[in-house]
Amino acid sequence: MATALQPLSGSYAVDAVHSSFGFAVKYMGVTTFKGTLDDVSATFAVGADGAVLEGAAQVESISIRTPEQFRQHVLADDFFAADRFPQVTFRSESVELADDGSATVVGQLTIRDVTKTVTATGSWSPEAELFGTRKAALALSTEIDRTDFGLVWNADLPTGGKALADDVTLTIELTLLAQEA
Amino acid sequence: MRVLGIAGSLRRGSRNRALLRAAAAALPPGVELEPWERLSALPHFDEDVEAPVPAAVQELRDAVAAADAVLIATPEYNTGVPGVLKNALDWLSRPFDGNPLRGKPVAVVGASSGLFGAVWAQAEVRRVAAHLGAEVVERELPVGLADDAFDGDGALADAGHAEALAALVGELVGRVRERVAETA
Repeated sequence: MATALQPLSGSYAVDAVHSSFGFAVKYMGVTTFKGTLDDVSATFAVGADGAVLEGAAQVESISIRTPEQFRQHVLADDFFAADRFPQVTFRSESVELADDGSATVVGQLTIRDVTKTVTATGSWSPEAELFGTRKAALALSTEIDRTDFGLVWNADLPTGGKALADDVTLTIELTLLAQEA
Repeated sequence: MRVLGIAGSLRRGSRNRALLRAAAAALPPGVELEPWERLSALPHFDEDVEAPVPAAVQELRDAVAAADAVLIATPEYNTGVPGVLKNALDWLSRPFDGNPLRGKPVAVVGASSGLFGAVWAQAEVRRVAAHLGAEVVERELPVGLADDAFDGDGALADAGHAEALAALVGELVGRVRERVAETA
């Protein structure tokens, strides 16, 4: 093995190219619509009191680019109200990276002007030397009710039921780059 | 057997016309889809111009009367049926008792650039067609995100969509065969 493993310590920044903030929501009762907020910035700092994950994703970077009408609707007040709330932000309160590679992160998720405590679970990869940079990874997912955060648009389907589900699965993939102390 | 295809959109790159072409390819052997593309030639419905019957209106009535079934592909404008399509249905409704949709098997599909595939417009067209006495196939085919829904050959890219379209036109053709069997 050319790479040396070591537990996470110190400060990390996110590799924006290899990181994403994804969402998936069911519509028409069956089909799932998936998208991402591509512009993600985050830091992961391990101190004496444990680790803190803090990040933000820019709503304008949403992967819905066309049709223009669809994009505008998603950015408008029925959903993100991006003009007033340009970012989705997260700040952790507790980070547990278990020996078996599983991760549990509890923290405050803010979408629009609503902040709620969420628990995300997933996995983490220990640091490895890759192309001369020390990298680690964190992959988390959680489910939220979008209406809790004020993303309330919906419509009745003509044959019954609602057009868009309330439950949204969030998937966060972060490649962490060790920062030189 | 001939199925008349009406797309409720006038523009050249209409996804609903593309959907009709995909439907034509999904029809069983011996069944043809004949598109009727003169919606824009219909005047606005107006009792004052009903007599003499405008030429395009007569053409539409004759085309529907001559067809064994009708397949309508509708977009959705502002959550409803496009005006040009509703206008055609209104012309077809006169006189109500002898209207050419009465007893005619009708199926409705729809494509839209948004997520929901004109599902509300489809429901409206089915409701109006049923009101006119058509034998409406109670199925829908909402093709959402229609700008990316077709492959290079014009077929529906999503296997689920393609299957649902085949099932829908299959049911429409089945209705025609039932009617033929009943009247034989």
